[in-house]
Amino acid sequence: MSVKVLIPTPLQKFTSDRATLECEAKTVAELIDALEESCPGIKARLCDDAGKPRRFLNFYVNSEDIRFLDNTETSLNDGDEVSIVPAVAGG
Amino acid sequence: MTQAIERLKKTGTAAFTHLQCKECGAEYEATAQHVCELCFGPLEVKYDYDVLRRTVTRETIEAGPHSIWRYRPFLPVTTDTPIDVGTGMTPLVEARRLARHLGLKKLYIKNDAVNMPTLSFKDRVVSVALTRARELGFSTVSCASTGNLANSTAAIAAHAGLDCCVFIPADLEAGKVLGTLIYNPTLMAVKGNYDQVNRLCSEVANTHGWGFVNINLRPYYSEGSKTLGFEVVEQLGWKLPDRIVAPLASGSLFGKIYKGFREFVEVGLVEDKHVSFSGAQAEGCSPIAQAYKEGRDFISPVKPNTIAKSIAIGNPADGVYALDIARNTNGSIESVNDTEIVEGMKLLAETEGIFTETAGGTTIATLKKLVEAGQIDPDEVTVAYITGNGLKTQEAVQGYIGEPLTIEPKLDSFERALERSHTLNRLEWQQVLV
Repeated sequence: MSVKVLIPTPLQKFTSDRATLECEAKTVAELIDALEESCPGIKARLCDDAGKPRRFLNFYVNSEDIRFLDNTETSLNDGDEVSIVPAVAGG
Repeated sequence: MTQAIERLKKTGTAAFTHLQCKECGAEYEATAQHVCELCFGPLEVKYDYDVLRRTVTRETIEAGPHSIWRYRPFLPVTTDTPIDVGTGMTPLVEARRLARHLGLKKLYIKNDAVNMPTLSFKDRVVSVALTRARELGFSTVSCASTGNLANSTAAIAAHAGLDCCVFIPADLEAGKVLGTLIYNPTLMAVKGNYDQVNRLCSEVANTHGWGFVNINLRPYYSEGSKTLGFEVVEQLGWKLPDRIVAPLASGSLFGKIYKGFREFVEVGLVEDKHVSFSGAQAEGCSPIAQAYKEGRDFISPVKPNTIAKSIAIGNPADGVYALDIARNTNGSIESVNDTEIVEGMKLLAETEGIFTETAGGTTIATLKKLVEAGQIDPDEVTVAYITGNGLKTQEAVQGYIGEPLTIEPKLDSFERALERSHTLNRLEWQQVLV
């Protein structure tokens, strides 16, 4: 499944300054591993020591927070858009 | 990357030095950035309290302007000429009638419903954010807003001559839309809730070179709320209250009132004392109150459905910190439903002559609930923070506050109507008793 991933500015040093990437993955968890393969070092920034997404980072699949879906087990389909967005904003 | 940073050159008595991650402690220069590159935790402004202790006294503050800028050394700006539109120093009113109604002895209302220039506490944070934005060289400012912030950013940007583009959810109250458009910013009404607006703005923030007051300028912006703590201390005669009650949206305001109190203790401006922090949420958007009740240390986001739109943030950035403060101060976080919110607005208006918006109704209804549950000692000096003005959310109370008595311009018409109004009052009174 080819999905588009939006990378936040603080992580673009891992993606050669690219703000979007194309990735092959069937779930969000797989996507994180796929990102690590193409951009080594990025997983340690995305996830805490237990391998879970950091609490100050939000993942969205087609604009929906994955915590309203199946978290990292949320399935991905061809053409989906995944946004990775720092949680600390607004208010 | 984090780095050993060179401290900013300071002018005057500015004592802020750098930004620091609240989670991992990494330090950053005081530029336009809001999250830690290592762990994505929030960045917070740090100060040299030795400088403040040496240079600031009660007298120097009292000799300052009648605005938030009397506390300038505690705010993250270097200029001697901040944007001062008379923001802050709003009344701290002793609410005797409301106190009696609730069964409290010493209750105060901090009334930011009459803050300047746009009648909400947001003028505090925006005055600081735009002053800093100008120092950092931004010519366009922006924000993601539930309404009050849009009003404030557009107004103060107009005053400062900055270009302005603000983002709001498309379903906001008419008064908040009109109260933004009048200043002629670019106004984006996003088809979605606030959390979706916020996410969009987070994605836009770094692409146009704009200063987003509550995103890349958020560390500076949020510091403006400390002045709600400073002013209460000064207005109580340089004393801390026993308890505060404040509305929770992102949770930022709550934490900054706390920080304001602690800073004044830290530099010796006020004697230390325990202060309990109670937070108020609307049941239709109460992710922090839910986490509090369930004993969780993390926030599960919710989709907002409440008339209290100004505090309808389903994914609150500072929610975990608000939880910590409520728990560590023997406070609480409570939620109230929309009916109680309207009743809270009416109660404050009828007992104190203050017309607040839905967020204020939430605060008063929560205060009432806490008193009724025996969670507030009647002898405590309690301060309730009213953060916005009721004229902006008229839809919320329309239909709940009666109608005028329409009469002919004749004496007998007036007499009949007066008699009728007395009868109506009696009926209402009898109904209450039954």
